[in-house]
Amino acid sequence: MDIQALLNISYLIAAVTFMAGMKMLGSPKTARKGNLIAAAGMSIAILATIFLHEKQIPLLIYTLIFAAIALGTFTGWYIAVKVEMTKMPELVSFFNGMGGATAALIGLLEYVHNTDSTYKIAMIVAGLLIGSISFSGSMIAWGKLSGKMRKPVRLPSYNIINTLILLLNIALAVYIVAERPESPLYLYLLFALALIYGIMFVLPIGGADMPVVISLLNSFTGLAAAFGGFLYDNMAMLTGGVLVGSAGTILTIAMTKAMNRSLSNVIFGGFGDTGGSGGGESIQGSVKSVTPSDAGILLNYANNVVIVPGYGLAVAQAQHTIHELEELLESKGVNVKYAIHPVAGRMPGHMNVLLAEANVDYDKLVDMDDINPQFKNTDVVLVVGANDVVNPAAKTNPSSPIYGMPVLNVDEAKNVIVLKRSMKPGYAGIDNELFYYPKTSMLFGDAKDSITKIINEVKNM
Amino acid sequence: MEALFDFVNQNIEMIYIVVLMVFVGIELISHVPAVLHTPLMSGANAIHGVVIIGAILVMLHMDPENYTGLAIGFIAVVLGTLNVVGGFVVTDRMLEMFKTKK
Repeated sequence: MDIQALLNISYLIAAVTFMAGMKMLGSPKTARKGNLIAAAGMSIAILATIFLHEKQIPLLIYTLIFAAIALGTFTGWYIAVKVEMTKMPELVSFFNGMGGATAALIGLLEYVHNTDSTYKIAMIVAGLLIGSISFSGSMIAWGKLSGKMRKPVRLPSYNIINTLILLLNIALAVYIVAERPESPLYLYLLFALALIYGIMFVLPIGGADMPVVISLLNSFTGLAAAFGGFLYDNMAMLTGGVLVGSAGTILTIAMTKAMNRSLSNVIFGGFGDTGGSGGGESIQGSVKSVTPSDAGILLNYANNVVIVPGYGLAVAQAQHTIHELEELLESKGVNVKYAIHPVAGRMPGHMNVLLAEANVDYDKLVDMDDINPQFKNTDVVLVVGANDVVNPAAKTNPSSPIYGMPVLNVDEAKNVIVLKRSMKPGYAGIDNELFYYPKTSMLFGDAKDSITKIINEVKNM
Repeated sequence: MEALFDFVNQNIEMIYIVVLMVFVGIELISHVPAVLHTPLMSGANAIHGVVIIGAILVMLHMDPENYTGLAIGFIAVVLGTLNVVGGFVVTDRMLEMFKTKK
């Protein structure tokens, strides 16, 4: 038996499953199978790495490897199964950070054995640098999304400081590769500096932009894995890493496009900072508050209803309740659809995942571009815990910080009902003139409570 | 300069793979509806957990007397497994919910 050939075949299978899996993840029908196929390929690659080699491995090391895999599997599975659906985005960030840390630790361990080769040291340094930034950055993003740190922290002239730290990182990395010092001390220093850069890089970025940052760090970890592939001449690591690196970059750009911003704007310009003075002035006018019974009547006698879900829906865990209302209205002959803004919630697709959890029909979820022309013929729009994505200022007020961001044209509908906890502004921190329109009714309170009350009213009609 | 040429000559096949994979990655993502961006990001997140292979290789070549090294390698394998297992399970949980009722 040629062990090397078997190992190579295993890695080839893994690489093919990664590509096929990613491809299948791109369509709702095959997505789940695609994920499982990639997972199977990954398992083959891992088992092959452990067993397919000629070297005699001490029992202690085998025991440690199996213990580590068992511990990681148990913990990872437990966390992934236990966490609520609303907390998915920060979980992805957490797991991404783990991958970055792995890449960094590999670099720390491999350095002293490879100081004779510029090429290998270059791969080690690159993997360590990127992996460390990805790790500490992901941890900050995780903290921000889980609400542990809410406000963006901005040191004065943080852009200059951050650029300096980055330059320092690069200079040190170049020095290590050029000189290949025997002592790993320089590498430890680089490790520390890279961790600091990761923290400083994510800290000033606001919570609303975290999905973009996570996606970017995701592609960073992919790159770090690819450098590992070069280091070990390992095709599975190389293909998997580069695939995620490039796909992640495209995904990041797609997300920034959905918010009508550039990547550099997300990283270097704080949200709400740029046009803060113009958008900050409060809007004059009064708000019309309604009772659940009024809202029920409006909905019951409408022909076309569009529901706009936002992060408030996720916070209130109201996805099942809104589905109940939707079915009730449908049974009374009302045509109900959901309008999904690309960045509704905390991550693109976040709302789809939540609504799908509540068994909402996939065909009822309509993308922004498809639903926008339909608002003119909509009798009632029910906005559930969304704010910035329905703010008409994005179309009309050039001084608003969100000016130019594509929004849902709910202001074109005949009536708008907004379910909201209070008049507190949304994530962008700006007022929303939609709430002051004569055709807008506000129903204050927890989204789940309010929807339940509306359901009871409609049932009694 | 010579070092760079050496690098290119010795790794030309891998460089080809990198270039091809970049295009494959771009192609795979470009036609995906926005609704699947979160599961896709999560799935990609699990795939870069392939870095765990590096951690296992480090462990396999580790001197059994080097306890610090063993400890760090152990942590690296644990974290890598977290990335792989957590990543795939979370993605599966998200996708489990995409059911089309017909």
